[in-house]
Formats: sequence, structure tokens, C-alpha cells
Amino acid sequence: MTKLAEWLLGLALLGGGWAALTFDPLGPSLPEAGRQLLWALPAYLLVAFGCYSLATVGYRLATFNDCQAASEELQAQIREAHGDLARRGFRF
Amino acid sequence: MFAPCRAQAVRADTFILRAAAGGIVGGEASTSCRRGASNMASGEGAERRRGDRYSVLLPTYNERENLPLIVWLLVRYFDESGFDYEIIVIDDGSPDGTLEVAKQLEQIYGSDKILLRPRAKKLGLGTAYIHGIQHATGNFVIIMDADLSHHPKFIPEFIKKQKEGNYDVVSGTRYRGDGGVFGWDLRRKLISRGANFVTQVLLRPGASDLTGSFRLYRKEVLQKLVEKCVSKGYVFQMEMIVRARQLNYSIGEVPITFVDRVYGESKLGGNEIVSFLKGLLHLFATT
Repeated sequence: MTKLAEWLLGLALLGGGWAALTFDPLGPSLPEAGRQLLWALPAYLLVAFGCYSLATVGYRLATFNDCQAASEELQAQIREAHGDLARRGFRF
Repeated sequence: MFAPCRAQAVRADTFILRAAAGGIVGGEASTSCRRGASNMASGEGAERRRGDRYSVLLPTYNERENLPLIVWLLVRYFDESGFDYEIIVIDDGSPDGTLEVAKQLEQIYGSDKILLRPRAKKLGLGTAYIHGIQHATGNFVIIMDADLSHHPKFIPEFIKKQKEGNYDVVSGTRYRGDGGVFGWDLRRKLISRGANFVTQVLLRPGASDLTGSFRLYRKEVLQKLVEKCVSKGYVFQMEMIVRARQLNYSIGEVPITFVDRVYGESKLGGNEIVSFLKGLLHLFATT
């Protein structure tokens, strides 16, 4: 099953379950408070996911390692390489 | 010990040529010579086959400045680690004379270590890999960038990781452990992390860095994957990992540092982002 198909299936199942409970075609079976919460759930989950995404990307951005040492090491090795290659007869 | 072997091999070759030209009489003699040479070769070859051999593929285009440096680093770290290796330089007809530089390196380090397999013009990364694999005598293939953004010092770590878990693929990651990047501004880092997040949510690939191109593959695994992949650019590297998961290959990760010295020249523009998203959606819908 492709990822798209997985998502569609998941959304269909969750959406169907939510619609069945919210619109309640078989008559009232949930307390009013519960029904109000359920009605708002999709929007609430969407907003929660949005916040999670922003927080995650923000955290990962902030902790993205900046490899100053790697760059300096590379510079030093480039100089060393130039010298060694010249000694071995390499003509730049 | 090495020299007599080579001499034997050369003699066998010329004998075979003469045998082919001369017919049956030459054939008998060449068989015995070949057997002799091939006993030597298979003796040595068997020793080498028992160990692992790592073929490094270096597709190059206008890397006249960087090629000697990357080769020097590769030789240094491989010699230090003692692993058997070869470096295959696949130059796509660079106008700046990269091939001449490669020939000099072949002179210095030997044509058993530096293999030149150039192509006439710029033909793309996927075909460069295929071309490289065809000439690789190793059982493992390492792909990397030739512009010094990938550092050969991580290759022994890749090899160690591969042996640890018997992985089919080992991928270098900039996003985990002490991996990271140098030379990117905040905007570039944000795009990178953002794109990676979207990719993780949509594809759940089981690997942290999908657009990275510093990886170790078993040769037959790389061959299989390149045949199956259809995308270009960043998405090509992503597709390789996604297809590897599909085919149930095991993937290990090693943190790497990525030193970007060309970012100043090649900004990541709207076009690249759009084509990345298109490619991502295509993978989302088809894998």
C-alpha cells in the first residue's frame, strides 16, 4: 500500500468514526459536553499538529550542529595535501 | 612480492593475445601459462576476495581544484585503516581539465587504486553510478560528493557500522548525533530542517537524512536500487532510501559533518524547493 493510500485509509476510518459519533444518525447516545468536544476535535488536532510541527522544526533548527571545527580541520588538511602532493610531483 | 605477480599477469595477457591470433598451437601454451598466472591471480584474488574491497565512486564535473584534495584524503584515511579500496573517477567531460588532473593522480597513486572511467558529456548522477558500478571490482560501493563537502574520515566509520549490523546500506546523516553542517545561514538550515520534517511525516522512511549523498552500499544493492529509481537531484537520493526500505534492505546511520564551501555560489531558490516538493509528493503517491 502506498503512503498516500495509508493516509487516505486512516483519514477515512477516523473521519467515519468521528462523523458517526458526532452526527449520531441513530439518536442521541453521548452526553452534550462529550459531543461538543468531539465536534471540535478535528480542528483541535489540526492546531495541535501545527504547534507540534513548529516546535519540532524550531527545536531542530536551534540544535542544528554548526561544525566550525570540521571546517578548520579541512582547511588545515587542504594545506597539508597541497604540500604533500607537490612533493610527490603533482603540478597544480 | 607484488611485482612478479604483475609481470606474470602481463605475460599471460600477451600470450593470450598471441594465442587468439595464432590459433590452436598458441592456445595450448597459453593455457598452461594462463593457468600459472591464474593460479597466482586466484591465489591473490582469493585472498582479496576473502576480505572486503571498497570502491569509491567520484562523479566529477569541473572539480579540477578539489579532485586532488579529495583523492589525497581518501588515500590517507584508507591507508590508515588498512581496508582494501579503489577510487573510480567518473568525469563527465569537464571543460576545466579535471581529467588531466585525474591522470596525474593515477600516475602518482597507481592505476590499481585510481581508476579513470570518464564519459563524453554531463549525463547525470544515476547513469554515473551505473557506469561506476560496472567498473567497480569491490563488493561495496561508496558514493560521495567530490567537492570536499563530504569528508573521507567518516568512511572507516561507515565500514565499521556496516560490519556491526551487517547493513545493506549505511547512510551519513547531518541531523543526528554529532552530525551537522558548516557554512549554512539560518535560512538554509530552516529550509533543510523544514523539508526533512515534511519528508519524515509523509514518508516515515526510517532514516533521518534522506537527501544526503554520502553513503555506503553493497554493490548489488546499489545496482538494484539505481535501476528502480526514476527521480532526479535531491529526490533521487531520497528515492534510493525509500526503495531500499521497500525492498527490505537494512539501513544503518552514521553522523557526518557537511562542510559547504559552494553555498555562496548556489543559493537554494524557489525553483529547487518547488521541484523538491513535487518529487516528494510523487514518492508519497507511488511508494
